[in-house]
Amino acid sequence: MPLDGKIKLKAEHLCKIYFSSKGDMDAVEDISLEVKENEFLVILGPGQCGKSVFLNMLCGLEEPTNGKIYRDGTEIHGTDEKISMVFQRMAIMPWKNSMQNVEMGPKYHGVNKNVRRQSGMRFLEMVGLKGFEGSYPRQLSGGMKQRVGIARAYNADAEILLMDEPFGALDAQTRYQMQDEILRIWEKDRRTILFVTNNIEEAIYLGDRIVLLSKRPAVVKEIYDLSHLPRPRDNVSRSFMEMRKEITDAMDLGLE
Amino acid sequence: MEQMIRESKKREALGRMKKESIRNLCLGIVGIAGLLLLWDMVARFGIIPKNLIVSPWEVVKTLAIKMSDTKPEGSLLLAHITSSLIVALSGYALALLIGIPLGLLMGWYKAIDRLIGPVFEVLRPVPPIAWIPFTIIFLGIGLEAKAVIIFLSAFIPCLINSYSGIKLTNQVYVNVAATCGASRWETFCRVGIPSAMPMVFAGMRISLGNAWSTLVAAEMLAANKGLGYMILMGRTYGRVDLIMSGMVMIGILGIIFNAVFDRVERFVLRWRVTR
Repeated sequence: MPLDGKIKLKAEHLCKIYFSSKGDMDAVEDISLEVKENEFLVILGPGQCGKSVFLNMLCGLEEPTNGKIYRDGTEIHGTDEKISMVFQRMAIMPWKNSMQNVEMGPKYHGVNKNVRRQSGMRFLEMVGLKGFEGSYPRQLSGGMKQRVGIARAYNADAEILLMDEPFGALDAQTRYQMQDEILRIWEKDRRTILFVTNNIEEAIYLGDRIVLLSKRPAVVKEIYDLSHLPRPRDNVSRSFMEMRKEITDAMDLGLE
Repeated sequence: MEQMIRESKKREALGRMKKESIRNLCLGIVGIAGLLLLWDMVARFGIIPKNLIVSPWEVVKTLAIKMSDTKPEGSLLLAHITSSLIVALSGYALALLIGIPLGLLMGWYKAIDRLIGPVFEVLRPVPPIAWIPFTIIFLGIGLEAKAVIIFLSAFIPCLINSYSGIKLTNQVYVNVAATCGASRWETFCRVGIPSAMPMVFAGMRISLGNAWSTLVAAEMLAANKGLGYMILMGRTYGRVDLIMSGMVMIGILGIIFNAVFDRVERFVLRWRVTR
C-alpha cells in the first residue's frame, strides 16, 4: 500500500489560538503529521475538537498561530494551487450550474475556457453527473451536490484533497453510497486525500490510516494503520468490528 | 396503479388545478369590478358632490380625448407620459448606477464602509422632498433637477439593500473561492455580487416604487409637461376628470413597470428556488 510512499504533506507543531479580550480560545494545541503521497488519510475526532480548524490551516484559509506546513518538502504559506478542499455542506454556489461550479479552480488560475470545459466534463463524468452540467444546485439532490463538490476539488488540478466532513449533511443511505463513490473515484484517479470525520465507522471504512485527535484543544492521540484490512471493506466483519471497538474506547466523546 | 385509473386521476387533478386558477382570476376581476362599481355609484348618486369626483367612464373618456386634444393645459397625453417616463427613469437609472455599486462596495470593504457610512447616516433622514428648494437653487427647474429629486428617493433603498445583501454572503462560498485561487476582487465579483442579487433586486423594486411616487412631487417644480403637471393643472382649471385621469394613468404605468420588473427578476435570478 502507499504507506512507504514519499511524504506529500507535512504539518509541524501546528497550533491555533483565537485571541480575544474576553478570553482566548485554544482550538488546536499541537498537531504534527506526515501524509504520504496518494494515501487516504482519515482524521477522526469528536465534534468541535478543532479538526476543521486544522484543515483550514492546511488549505490556507486560516493562519496558524504557530507551526509550519510543508508540501513536497517546501514550506507553504496561505492557499496553495496543489491543495483543494471539499466543504461540509452547501458549498456549491447556487447561482452557478454544475459546470460553472466545477470549473472554478481552473478559471481563477487563468485556464482557457475550452480546456477547462473539457476537464470539467471529464470530472463531472467521473463522479457520475454526465448530463447534469447545466443543472443548478436547486435541481440536484444532496448527494449530487456533494459529487459536484468532489469534481470541483479534483478539477482544481490539486494533488492534495482536503475533505471536511463532506458527507456529514447527507442522510444515512446516501452517505453509504457516497463512501463507496469516493473510494471508487480515488481508486480511479489517485490523489492524496485528508478526510475529516467524526464517524468512527466511516473512518475505518475509508482510511489507509486514521489519525485520532483528542477533544479540544486538539492533539494527535493515536495513529492507526489499517493497511491490513483489505478493500473493499466489510463493515460487519470481525476485524472491522475489533478496530471499531479499539477506536471507540480510545476516543474522547467530547463530553465534559 | 392501473394505467386507466392513473389517467383518470391525472385528468381529475389537472382539472382541479385549472378550476382553481380560473377561480383566482375571477376573484381578481370581481375585486377590480367592485371598486369601479363603488366608484361609479359614489359619483353617479352624488354621495360626493359632482364637482369633486367623476365616474370611471368619464376618466376613460378624458383619457381618450387627451390622446388628440392638447386643451386645457397644452400637451397631449402621450407627451405627458413620455416626459414623466424620461424624468422618472433617468432619476431611477442614476439611483441604480450609484446606489448599487456603492452599497456593494460598502458592504464588502470595511474601509469604504467606515469612510462613507457616517456621511450616509447623516444624509439619510432628510426626506427627498426637503431637497427640492436646494435642488432648484443649484440645478434650476429642468430635467436635471427633477431627476435628482427622484434619484434621492430611489437611491436609499438601493444602497441599503445592496449593502445588507452582500453582508449576508455565506462565508463558506468565500472560502471556496479562496481555495480555488480567486483574488479578493474576483471573490467580490463572482461570489459577493451574485449572492447579494436577490436582496439587490428587492431594493430595486422598492426604489422603483419610490421613484414613481415621487414623480408628482418632482413635477411640482414648475414643469410644463408630465403626468404630475397634468394633475396640477387639473386642479388649477378645476377639472376633476383631468386630475383623476392623471392618477389612473400613473397607476396603470406603475402596474406595467412592476410586470416588466418581475420578468427581468425571474430571468436574472433563475438559479433561485422558485417561490
